[in-house]
Amino acid sequence: MINLVREKNPMPEQAPDVRNKNFLEVCTGYTEEMAIREAMRCLKCRKRPCMTGCPVMVKIPDFIAKVAEGDFEAAYQIISETSSLPAICGRVCPQENQCEGKCVHAIKGEAVGIGRLERFVADWHAANFGDVEIEPAQSNGHKVAVIGAGPAGLACAGDLINKGYDVTVYEALHKTGGVLVYGIPQFRLPKEIVAKEVAKLEAKGVKFVTNAVVGRAFTVDELMKEEGFESVFIGTGAGLPSFMNIPGENLIGVCSANEYLTRINLMKAYLDEYDTPIMHADKIAIVGGGNVAMDAARCAKRMGASEVYIIYRRSMDELPARAEEVHHAMEEGIVFKLLTNPVEIKGDENGVVTGIECVSMELGEPDASGRRKPVVVEGSNHVIPVDMVIMSIGTKLNTLILDTTEKLEANKKGGIGTDDAAATNREGIFAGGDAVTGAATVIKAMGAGKKAAASIDAYLAGK
Amino acid sequence: MKMFEVTYKRRLNDNMVWLKVYAPLVAKHAKPGQFIILRTDEYGERIPLTMAGHDEKDGTIDLIYAAVGRTTMLMDQLEEGDCFADIVGPLGKPTHMEGLKKVCVVGGGTGNALAYPLATGMKKAGVEVDMIEGFKNKELVILEDEFRAGVDRLYVVTDDGSYGEKMFTTQKLEQLIQEGNEYDEIVAVGPPIMMKLVCQIAEKYNIHSIASLTAYMIDGTGMCGGCRCKIGGEDKFVCVDGPEFDGSLVDWDDLIKRSNYYKDQEAHDRAHVCRLTGGVRYND
Repeated sequence: MINLVREKNPMPEQAPDVRNKNFLEVCTGYTEEMAIREAMRCLKCRKRPCMTGCPVMVKIPDFIAKVAEGDFEAAYQIISETSSLPAICGRVCPQENQCEGKCVHAIKGEAVGIGRLERFVADWHAANFGDVEIEPAQSNGHKVAVIGAGPAGLACAGDLINKGYDVTVYEALHKTGGVLVYGIPQFRLPKEIVAKEVAKLEAKGVKFVTNAVVGRAFTVDELMKEEGFESVFIGTGAGLPSFMNIPGENLIGVCSANEYLTRINLMKAYLDEYDTPIMHADKIAIVGGGNVAMDAARCAKRMGASEVYIIYRRSMDELPARAEEVHHAMEEGIVFKLLTNPVEIKGDENGVVTGIECVSMELGEPDASGRRKPVVVEGSNHVIPVDMVIMSIGTKLNTLILDTTEKLEANKKGGIGTDDAAATNREGIFAGGDAVTGAATVIKAMGAGKKAAASIDAYLAGK
Repeated sequence: MKMFEVTYKRRLNDNMVWLKVYAPLVAKHAKPGQFIILRTDEYGERIPLTMAGHDEKDGTIDLIYAAVGRTTMLMDQLEEGDCFADIVGPLGKPTHMEGLKKVCVVGGGTGNALAYPLATGMKKAGVEVDMIEGFKNKELVILEDEFRAGVDRLYVVTDDGSYGEKMFTTQKLEQLIQEGNEYDEIVAVGPPIMMKLVCQIAEKYNIHSIASLTAYMIDGTGMCGGCRCKIGGEDKFVCVDGPEFDGSLVDWDDLIKRSNYYKDQEAHDRAHVCRLTGGVRYND
């Protein structure tokens, strides 16, 4: 039986004026009954357009059919065939641009809540079968090193261990998870979920080495020549935060979103028992319109700021953040200053931020990206009084691995150069995720990690 | 040996301590001028500290610190056999030594601990090294014997004249230059204001200068951007582009202002640590 309701079953969540004061997860998840009702909305299209929108090709209609039957564990097994981290992807994927964007329902109404169902299935499995002992995989004796324990590295390690490789993951920070632990806040992705996924990989036999900066503590070449790794996957992430190069960016009260989020998420500055210093400002401007900007804004509100602004130079239509994050941010009282662009950050005699001077913008002709180019409205300068400014305008690529690995070549963007199969110009060295593409999404990084795992398998099998 | 275990602890004076810590991965690749980031325990912040030395054979690194902030006060509670939660490194670019014939290294206060591996490392690499150690007073003097054994000439100065010569490091430096010492390079390690003045003197005599900067940072790999500073008008990150920079290019006023970023919170934290009456976190 098909449920013909045009809207998704709403996701239960904490009320906006309650949740914007705590770090508990915003969405509390479907009940079994809600999940079945939502799964019944799937039209089981023969062409399966949803799957073409998924970077890891989850068999979406198949798992949804199992949910509709109430066989949640079977649904989980189907997702697990192609995705290593469903509890995470269900929460953080930009589904509206991927699977749900291709759903036939989306033409006249709302897509099937594929992300919500994926999350439900993963959480249901964790609650009911999460404690089942995992057997370590049978080793085939080939050693592979994975650099970076973020989404790309974890996905790559997951596929390799399943194929019997001896996998060691090196992580620069003291905790594994990469952007999943330092970037994405607790209220959007509880860290316990990430820890569980890592624990699963460990149980299968993946070795994790934290506090290991490859390129400094040892090089990729040393891993291959001295430590006996036959292949290396580089998934070191996006790198250095960009600033606008406007006056006042070094004032006290200006930081990158990476710094602000890392202090809060990785270093737990929101909990009293942690020492991590953090600036408690009352009025905070976040410059940028991506997911990272939304995360920073919503953290700022929860850290006690009375007014939080998103300053973005284009309009709502161009805002790159995931739709749900924008919706949640608005509900939580974040003020969107759209078509607004900073020109200077103002400070007092002690070098402390007092405001941000902006100009208004209007949209002109489409630019190279196909989006209408924002143009300055002459004479529109105005100062918004704030005591903190968080820059969230993207990242530049980190060159540490390129600089320290012999003859490894960069791509045009300055990232690590790879072919379609994630292979670099150096034999046995593969790369993927933001380290190759520049800042993108968790699921794309996972897709790249999985592709690299397949390529490494093919490479080592042929040796 | 446990990972990150304190294998040796020696009090250098009232507030400065020398630790050796077991961190074999760091010790294997460490070079003078590089730093580590440490965390005392699960609740601790991550702070950068330039290494005062390392021993590849024993797998240990040397850390010399003054207990002035929350984390260094907590470090003071660690005894031999206790462990740090995390130590990551070596980070930053090593000190550049190639082609140098004669240098003068100028250390101020705690900075002398960081200057130690640098000055003695240069000497080992065949560079002739003059070392100026500057302190507020006699009680604070550290590493005198170590320096004397490891460099060509050591000059100790104090602000109040209670030990060595009564003058500032900058005055001593200028005196040495005027006496005809020809330096290829002057290296400054210490409080930003001292480094600024040392680099100004270098500039006055047309000598290349290097300053070893410290800054707030979290990851130490370029991800957070907290350590950014203006070098020759450009934003650079101390963690990956430094920690050593051409002293004539550093925007000192900007750096000094930014070093106050968390000043209020730190003052509050210091008071709080004192009330802990000696590291409750380690005794419970």
